[in-house]
Amino acid sequence: MTATDIVVGVLVIVGALFAALAAIGIVRMPDLYTRMQSATKAGSLGVACVTLGAAIEFAQPIPSIEAALIIAFLFGTAPIASILIGQAAYSSGTELWGQTSRDDLREELDRSGRGLPDPSADGES
Amino acid sequence: MPGLEPGGASVLLMIASVFFAFGIIASLYRLIVGPSLPDRVVALDMVGFLVVGLISLAAIVYEIESLLSVALVAALILFLGTAGFAIYLQRRGTL
Repeated sequence: MTATDIVVGVLVIVGALFAALAAIGIVRMPDLYTRMQSATKAGSLGVACVTLGAAIEFAQPIPSIEAALIIAFLFGTAPIASILIGQAAYSSGTELWGQTSRDDLREELDRSGRGLPDPSADGES
Repeated sequence: MPGLEPGGASVLLMIASVFFAFGIIASLYRLIVGPSLPDRVVALDMVGFLVVGLISLAAIVYEIESLLSVALVAALILFLGTAGFAIYLQRRGTL
């Protein structure tokens, strides 16, 4: 068992732990928006750790470039996909958790005079 | 064929794949139970993330470098699918 094996094993275990925690968050979190942040942040960090472990394991140029591309792409697109889903869900009237204390998007919409596109979504605040 | 021989670091790889499998099953639970359509989209996104990680893990376990290309393409298609679902949700909300 060489040092590379140990580093790869630790990276893979840490990544898999983050992925499992993200899945627990998906199941246990109370509403869509908290679930989404668990999936996006913990999930992408876990996958990035495992992919970094793969790059260290192979230690060759082309797999390393591919692993770097995967990590850059995940960290670049996961927030975009998350914000797209969040805006779409908010504008289609998905309810917030009952104990949510701040709703900045609601204040922003009220201040700018634009209501939500769907009037049936107004009963949630 | 290289694989999960007992002993050494492969025990860690085995435990990691169990974690990933648990994560996929939990996300599938949310995908089936999820009360609204955006919940299901988020759960499907999470399943895609975990599949990308599992493909990278398989590249380590079986020592096949080209599986990293598969993971890259899976990540690309995952983003396209999630963006498409988001646009569909947005349209469905306004119409």
